[in-house]
Amino acid sequence: MTTAIDIESLDIRRGRRPVLRGVTCRVGVGSVTGLLGPSGSGKTTLMRAIVGVQKIRAGRITVLGSPAGHRRLRRRLGYVTQSPSVYPDLSVYANVRYFASLFAAGAAASRSAIAEVGLTDASRQLVGNLSGGQRARVSLACALIARPELLILDEPTVGQDPVLRDDLWQHFHRLAAAGTTLLVSSHVMDEAARCQRLLLIREGRLVADDTPAALREATGTADLEQAFLHIIRELEGK
Amino acid sequence: MSIRMTLSTAGRILRQLVHDRRTIALVVAVPALLLVLLRYVMDSQPHIFQSVGLSMLGVFPFISMFLVTSVAMLRERTSGTLERALTTPVHKFDLICGYALAFTLAAVVQSVIASAVAYWWLDLDTDGPAWLVIVIAAANAVLGLALGLFASAFANTEFQAVQFMPAIVLPQVLLCGLIWPRDQMADWLEKISDVLPLTYAVDALGEVGSHSDATRTLWWDLAIVAGCAVAALILGAATLRRRTA
Repeated sequence: MTTAIDIESLDIRRGRRPVLRGVTCRVGVGSVTGLLGPSGSGKTTLMRAIVGVQKIRAGRITVLGSPAGHRRLRRRLGYVTQSPSVYPDLSVYANVRYFASLFAAGAAASRSAIAEVGLTDASRQLVGNLSGGQRARVSLACALIARPELLILDEPTVGQDPVLRDDLWQHFHRLAAAGTTLLVSSHVMDEAARCQRLLLIREGRLVADDTPAALREATGTADLEQAFLHIIRELEGK
Repeated sequence: MSIRMTLSTAGRILRQLVHDRRTIALVVAVPALLLVLLRYVMDSQPHIFQSVGLSMLGVFPFISMFLVTSVAMLRERTSGTLERALTTPVHKFDLICGYALAFTLAAVVQSVIASAVAYWWLDLDTDGPAWLVIVIAAANAVLGLALGLFASAFANTEFQAVQFMPAIVLPQVLLCGLIWPRDQMADWLEKISDVLPLTYAVDALGEVGSHSDATRTLWWDLAIVAGCAVAALILGAATLRRRTA
């Protein structure tokens, strides 16, 4: 396995509050890795650190062979934040076209990125008039446009209807099969089952790093929700 | 830096502006209407309007571009679009020059309309040509938007951003010689007004009013305004951080 993301003893503080403590893990190239944990556990902070927009206190993050945040990585990495960071006063097409121009991509690439997220029919509409789920997909299209080698997606499927969610996950797997590495955060367990590898964080610590099948087996449980409960109870029992 | 990214950023900002018809109407029409108001407030002494009205043509773009840019930039900061753009290959000077280009264009439209109203309807009369008035107005717009960009870094909400206008812009308007001659102010205020850029913009407009050709003083004033605008843009660029806590 070639490593796409290599994190070593990462410590991050916000003010005096520790947000991440001693996180060490690796994410392989061409995989779909799920980042799971309750709200406030540090998922977003970890993703921001990998993207290189988060100040870190200690530790080392290597992304595609360069230190996180290196300018070489700006062409190779796509980041979709939890709340859609797009321009509400522009059309879907104008949003995607603008981010396309920052990656030297053109009109055809913009249209195909919009098609990939299923928004072709809405491409002339103002983003401000779309539903929350549609806005999230515009934000995703603005990242897909760069054809990044690494996609960091913070809760990309929140607010999407089940059919669309399924479509998006199939698309993620197609991208991974073509060599893209995806790190996807979620708090929905049925999505965890669709990942090849899972990272579970709780209160700033990495508490599990394994495949879904191995997690089920190690905890002797049938579903992942139970497996996670088992892991957490075991940790708290110590 | 890349010209292509600068232009596409400017295009994106103008497209956003086009979708906000009410802001365009306000930016374009309000200065012209205020000039009409001012002219008839001074109805009994039209010669005072000749100097005050002329100075106002420089002050309007300064104020409105400060306001528009500080709010627009604050939105970019709070909505995450700025952080997102900074994770792409775009250089922060591409973003800043895109803003400067888009809003300078808006300011030129504004000052062409305000000047047209002033010259043709309100009988403003200058010895120098009107295009110099537009050039000075454009330089003031860049100064205003650069300060707005910088101020937006210190605001967390749009309420706060708007309150920076009276804090940063109004003192310059009071001290630039528009309200009261600078040589009749308290000494220490006159010294302060010596280092405020708007003072030089208003002085340059005075030169257009009283000289048929562009004077050495006018170019010198204009260079000071442009220099301050560039300095404020660089300060503004320093507030765009790729990595935050």
